[in-house]
Amino acid sequence: MPNKDKNTRFGSDRAPASSVAASVEVAKNEKELGAMVAITIDGNEIKVPFGTTILDAARKLNIKIPTLCHHEDLHVAGVCRVCVVEVEGQRTLQAACAYPITSPMNIKTYSPKVRKARRHNLDLMLKHHVGECYSCFRNNNCELQKLAKEYGVDFYRFGHDTEPHHEVDKSSYSVIRDMNKCIQCRRCVRTCIDLQEVGVLEAVNRGPDLDIATFNDLPLGEVVCINCGQCINRCPTGALRANDPSDDIWAAIDDPKKHVVIQTAPSPRAAIGECFGLPAGTSVTRELNTAMRRCGFDRVFDTNFTADLTIMEEATELLIRLKKALVDKEKVAFPQFTSCSPGWVKFLEHFYPEYTDCLSSCKSPQQMFGSIIKTWYAEKAGIDPKDIVTVALMPCSAKKFECNRPEMQDSGYKDVDYGLTSRELAQMIQEVGLDLPNLPPSDFDDPIGEATGAGLIFGATGGVMEAALRTAVEIVTGIKTEKVFENLDIIPVRGFEGVKYMEIKVPAAGPVPPILNKALGGLKDFSFLKGATLKVAVAHGTANAKKVMEDIKAGGKFSECHFIEFMACPGGCLGGGGQPIPTSPEIRAARTKAIYAEEKTLYSRKSHENPTVDLIYKEFLKDGPCGHKSHKLLHTHYTKRGNKIV
Amino acid sequence: MTGRISPEYAGRGGAGFPTAVKWNLAAAAQGERKFVICNADEGEPGTFKDRVLLTDYADQLIAGMVLAAYATGAKDGIIYLRAEYTYLRKDLEATIEKMRGKKMLGKKILGKEGFEFDVHTHMGSGAYICGEETALIESLEGHRGEPRNRPPFPVTVGYLGCPTSVNNVETFITALHIIEKGAKWFKAFGTDKSTGTKLFSVSGDCEKPGVYELPMGITIKKLLETVGGEDAKAVQVGGASGTCVPRKDFDRAIAYEDVATGGSIIVFGPHRDMLEVAINFMEFFCEESCGQCTPCRLGTETLLEGLDMLEEGRCSLKYLRELCALGETMQLSSKCGLGQSAPNAFLSIIENFKSEIFDTRCSCR
Repeated sequence: MPNKDKNTRFGSDRAPASSVAASVEVAKNEKELGAMVAITIDGNEIKVPFGTTILDAARKLNIKIPTLCHHEDLHVAGVCRVCVVEVEGQRTLQAACAYPITSPMNIKTYSPKVRKARRHNLDLMLKHHVGECYSCFRNNNCELQKLAKEYGVDFYRFGHDTEPHHEVDKSSYSVIRDMNKCIQCRRCVRTCIDLQEVGVLEAVNRGPDLDIATFNDLPLGEVVCINCGQCINRCPTGALRANDPSDDIWAAIDDPKKHVVIQTAPSPRAAIGECFGLPAGTSVTRELNTAMRRCGFDRVFDTNFTADLTIMEEATELLIRLKKALVDKEKVAFPQFTSCSPGWVKFLEHFYPEYTDCLSSCKSPQQMFGSIIKTWYAEKAGIDPKDIVTVALMPCSAKKFECNRPEMQDSGYKDVDYGLTSRELAQMIQEVGLDLPNLPPSDFDDPIGEATGAGLIFGATGGVMEAALRTAVEIVTGIKTEKVFENLDIIPVRGFEGVKYMEIKVPAAGPVPPILNKALGGLKDFSFLKGATLKVAVAHGTANAKKVMEDIKAGGKFSECHFIEFMACPGGCLGGGGQPIPTSPEIRAARTKAIYAEEKTLYSRKSHENPTVDLIYKEFLKDGPCGHKSHKLLHTHYTKRGNKIV
Repeated sequence: MTGRISPEYAGRGGAGFPTAVKWNLAAAAQGERKFVICNADEGEPGTFKDRVLLTDYADQLIAGMVLAAYATGAKDGIIYLRAEYTYLRKDLEATIEKMRGKKMLGKKILGKEGFEFDVHTHMGSGAYICGEETALIESLEGHRGEPRNRPPFPVTVGYLGCPTSVNNVETFITALHIIEKGAKWFKAFGTDKSTGTKLFSVSGDCEKPGVYELPMGITIKKLLETVGGEDAKAVQVGGASGTCVPRKDFDRAIAYEDVATGGSIIVFGPHRDMLEVAINFMEFFCEESCGQCTPCRLGTETLLEGLDMLEEGRCSLKYLRELCALGETMQLSSKCGLGQSAPNAFLSIIENFKSEIFDTRCSCR
């Protein structure tokens, strides 16, 4: 996952202590002479490929070595020294996570020396770890707590601070930093610099004064943080957490005057079960509906509806851009970038402000939903929008920032009042005492509970692109998409490869459907696109987004794309910063599988076939996609931030 | 050429790794570019012999680096100069320029076709840890000076990912003399395992502090006689990261197989308070630990707190035993040589001067 590109290995953009600059490559061809090394771990013999770390070798033998600074998504750091093991013939203990096996060796993973060293290093980490486990959101899900238990920590050998030494940084709408609980494993630093290539967190000072800090120790809300929350998902303790609005939400639920509506994004349903002991990849959509109702939400709606709406708007916007460029010969910004991921949007605003014109003006599904609730729904339900509280269940910490953007008030009120993460809703459900996995299933509420599979797959990387193509191909060619892509599966945009690229030749030109008449200014058919090659790309994780953007800047192949999907988080939304902890490539793959499996069960898998979408354009957004009203309610504008915090 | 340097010849930086082996490894390593780096970040407390070499024998240093380049196939050399030695930079660069004029640097060195090597200087910024070779490389690359995980070692993956040989100033110069006068001549000095002579920076409570060249294997007693420090009660061999040797052990030899040193000898006279000495060294490590690994970052702090408790007479023997065990953990589990040697002074002073410390301060035995 992290960027292992040789050319950037030695650039300034890598985390200190991460082994990106110096590592031994693992032998790929096991048959090659010298590729396999015979070793012994705790008396068990095994042959492993040259360069395999002791930790990986031990895992092959099901021998457990504790880790703390190690994370599967990140480069090795070897700084916590909890995974130390004894290698026969070596004077010192070696960090199992960092030590590559290049010659036969005899390893002991629990000798007295090893156990004593691990315990001491834990004792040291606990010294300045201030905060009680009861009052910590990571209680029972904390790697430090777990290790302390496993190693029988029953007193603080080298003392224990009771007074906090850092002020808790609550300046960000999304991420709260409580450095009193930080054990300086630097996972967040490696996440921010190596994995996401944003780089707002760094190690500063030396020795016992070492701190993880932002530039100039500014509050997180005042630096170029994109709020992706990937650091939260990888923090072993409670030092990083999302800004939890559940107290305010409870207050709204308990207020009889308030009509509290929750919309639920696709990714949380495929993941929230993990908070209730279910294996990753267990979808609990309909049980979750029941749980939210029992928590007291007045209406439970499906964000996938506005995902479908996003597709209508965003695909129309793309067609308008194409028409302007090819028919009207106007200068238009290309490629068009998706704008569903608020982390990505802020990333672009900070690091590539000159490209804000490329961003689709469509709001994200969450924000479209908010403005629809407080206008169309309010009107239909006969409720004063000022009494409506909209909550958005999201896999995302950046959504909390997004709903607080000053421009997101097009309904006349704050469109979305609260962004709630999967973890926080799980907590609310637990507080009510519900056993989520065993609740009776129920459906979403009308009228905004109807969604297609296209909306659902927004949760996975490539999903927005696939959904958009399913609709765009059908509209442009007049041919059913399933005739072009077998089973409606557009495989090249799926999967976890960092950057995906695809070309589609437009084989035929269909007529412009009536709904797009206004938007496309009287165009009769799409013959201007016939024979053209549509080029699209997908990138997930901002490090990959950066690669694509740098290529565009240099005039490379991505600059010739027409449409690019960007997601800030690795794996897309299902790997979002608000999802259950822990995360790993396997967990994200399991969640993806659940989403694509659930998609197959839905009545339609194309956004334009959603009857509610049809209804809203007939009843409410009467001048069609990208029309006047939808521009007011469903579209937005961006800020060229650069390094400024505006 | 490395065959002409005896394989026993250990690097003069302190770790004592055989120089010929290091150069052979760098020579055998695959890489389009290779580097020779001179570690002139002389930061060990009580060490100042490299300063003398850099001041008066810079031409020999550069000639030694040329040898290393010839042995390893490196085309680029870097002298990583301690920030406090900034005043030496101008002269050093003038020497480099002079060597270029003499065809000792540049293309076709001494007329030899294809033998190309040049040297430039790079300033450190004042961190002790940057004397550790992988931290030095990180610093050269523009990063926080923090040690890397090893293996891979710099000889295979070093500066900019290229095979890199990092050697101490004295190592280069001594290698030059070995090549010039022969390994046999060199082996005539020293012991079987620690061959040759070595420069010692002698400071502290003695009549004639300064830089001495003495054969390896010399006993501490003999050394003290030479420098006029016979009445010493202890000698710190190897600087802050070295060992504190008490009077009763003055028959021990200064050699890799006995008491190792990179050259620092600090003499403590009879009036010295050894607890203060320990506190001084521990404060140094708290200040200079890079902070990346747990045992060093927090171990140094914890040991220092323990010493303060001793000072105030509130450290129980039981807790002192815990601290000594922690010291062993630091030696065993720290990521680099700094953390591994940070408790050395603490442990040796506690071991040898426990009764002195308790007698003078403690009420809570």
